[in-house]
Amino acid sequence: MALLEIRNVTRRFGPLTAVDDVSLAVEAGEFFTLLGPSGCGKTTLLRMIAGFDLPDAGEILLEGADMADTPPEKRPIHTVFQSYALFPHMTVAQNIAFPLRMAGNAPEQISAKVRDALALVHLEAKGQQYPHELSGGQKQRVALARSLVSRPRVLLLDEPLGALDAKLREEMQIELIDMQREVGITFVFVTHSQNEALALSSRIAVMNAGRVEQLDEPSRLYGFPRNRFVADFIGKINLFNGEIVAVDGERVRLRVAGLGEIEARGAAGLRPGTPATLALRPEQVRLAAIGAALDLPNRHPGKVRDFLYIGDVTTYVIDLQNGQRMQALLPNSSPGRAKFFEVGDAVTAAWPAEAGVVLTE
Amino acid sequence: MRKLALGIEALAIAVLFGSFLASGGKLLLAGAAAALLALAGVLGLAGKRREMPGFWLWFVSLLAYAFLYIPLVIVVIFSFNDSKLNAEWVGFTTAWYLKLFSDEDMLRAALNSLSIACGAAAIATVLGTMAGLSMHRFKPKLLPFLVFTPVAMPEILLGVSLLIFFLNSVSPALGALGIDFGLGLTTVVIAHVTFCIGFVAIIVRARLAGMDESIFEAARDLGATPWQTFRLVTLPLIMPGVIAGALMAFTLSIDDFVITFFTSGVGTKTLPLEIYTMIKVAVTPEVNAVSALLMALTLGMIMIAAKLAPDLMQAKT
Ligand SMILES: Nc1ncnc2c1ncn2[C@@H]1O[C@H](COP(=O)(O)OP(=O)(O)OP(=O)(O)O)[C@@H](O)[C@H]1O
Ligand SMILES: [Mg+2]
Repeated sequence: MALLEIRNVTRRFGPLTAVDDVSLAVEAGEFFTLLGPSGCGKTTLLRMIAGFDLPDAGEILLEGADMADTPPEKRPIHTVFQSYALFPHMTVAQNIAFPLRMAGNAPEQISAKVRDALALVHLEAKGQQYPHELSGGQKQRVALARSLVSRPRVLLLDEPLGALDAKLREEMQIELIDMQREVGITFVFVTHSQNEALALSSRIAVMNAGRVEQLDEPSRLYGFPRNRFVADFIGKINLFNGEIVAVDGERVRLRVAGLGEIEARGAAGLRPGTPATLALRPEQVRLAAIGAALDLPNRHPGKVRDFLYIGDVTTYVIDLQNGQRMQALLPNSSPGRAKFFEVGDAVTAAWPAEAGVVLTE
Repeated sequence: MRKLALGIEALAIAVLFGSFLASGGKLLLAGAAAALLALAGVLGLAGKRREMPGFWLWFVSLLAYAFLYIPLVIVVIFSFNDSKLNAEWVGFTTAWYLKLFSDEDMLRAALNSLSIACGAAAIATVLGTMAGLSMHRFKPKLLPFLVFTPVAMPEILLGVSLLIFFLNSVSPALGALGIDFGLGLTTVVIAHVTFCIGFVAIIVRARLAGMDESIFEAARDLGATPWQTFRLVTLPLIMPGVIAGALMAFTLSIDDFVITFFTSGVGTKTLPLEIYTMIKVAVTPEVNAVSALLMALTLGMIMIAAKLAPDLMQAKT
């Protein structure tokens, strides 16, 4: 039995359906992520799990028990708010002690647990300070310590790193994974950053307009997006519209205007004649100077239009001779080398048959 | 330059009071005008060239302050005047204050005023806080209207309508139940509560307005019941506003005249009513003394309120 189960949950605000018939199950110990663009209903779903809001339809079960009649304070579920929501009139230690006090712990027990929680987030020295005396990252840690200290069954995190700068964000990401492993509590994490989701999660539910588009492990989500929305939202991708001409199990032949027939992978059960999209990750595309030998089935000549040097990799924008445009990502593994090609260079773009994915939605 | 400016400023104030004390007030106007001109000139010159507020700006603003505060200052000064008339400075005395404290009518009125103010402030603070909280939480449409109307309503209207309500509705209704109900302390307290609630509600709501809502949700989330959330999180956070509101209600109640006049009946006198009775005969220095005390009390309350809720005193955009 899943620890947390969401069954056909719908929430409407007037004419707007913020969460639309969502079903998913979170297993104990998972780092589960809700990923989606702004306004897709992530916070609304999280608030219903925490108990601040009730679904219009469907149910939320914790360990098999319906939570509909359980108020937030009775749910063994804690939330880390994006705004931290620390109590400004209490010290850090008092903030962390709050859930323990509410649960009726003895004072000696409280101080021992607060000490452990402060150690968990590396803030041993800050116990007597007030929230307004802390930096953003420190506040974030206090909020984490406060919601973990009484060991809830599930921890909900609503874009907890959103307000931090890039460097601190990365540090906190690593700490979050460590912490989750250490305390073994199930995390349901909300973000609109695909990098964050891929880096942290054991499973990700990609949401769009109130619906779950795909629920999968990060590598499968990246490698096998189910539809155009997921493919486009997660990472960079080249998309070409075409039509399926032949199907042989998972091997699919696709006709794309200008590229001719292309071999790619597809889900089982596709039928020839249906319109489809070829999705191709830029890092799967090889580039070579015209004439150089490339032993790959899909080869197309073109010209370098632009490039974007990022440090470890360079992204090239290629104008193919047939009018299509595509991106290719090349690692800059030779030291001191900024790029392989210049703007205007004639190149061949090529990719292996298994690199392309056929999407029909 | 700064020292010079301060020196001239002090001199100007000395000239003002000197001329006033020496001539028994006849030269006051001339003295005040001279002092103002001198002060404005100095301040105008002392300002940095670039951003000079200039002579005239200083002059006008000082004039406005003088207009507001000189009467108050004079009341206080004459409360120490050793003469029965409020006309000429004779010498310093605290006799009027001593006389005040042996005047039984006055003491009874003061006691009435204090009990009314304490009672009205206590009740209005509880109700006003509740109103402020629910207006913030539930954003009702009608409640703000109901709560703020007595604040904006002309006092005379409120006084008259409360009087009619007490005499024509409450008294007969309670009389039918065998309860004798007349005008007195109770009706005054009820009347004061009606117009104080609005002030408390405004202050409490202003205090809540800037607050992060998720703090209250966080408390519930971490295991606090709604009542625990109120007691441990909401109340401590709005406390400065609640206290400021209570002080405001106390101040408004203690110096209210019009509404008290209508709702107090014959037997009950408060300080403002007592003062009014006294000046019908003559403005004696005793009136000055009691006014000075009342002024000090009010000023103290306002200062505490300003300290507790600094946002009250600042213009908000
Ligand atoms: N209380 C509410 N009343 C009306 N509409 C609401 C309410 N709460 C949310 N919505 C709407 O529901 C939709 C989903 O909002 P939600 O806050 O869940 O988005 P989100 O995925 O968390 O977005 P973000 O990443 O920007 O936080 C939005 O269109 C929002 O305007
Ligand atoms: Mg959100």
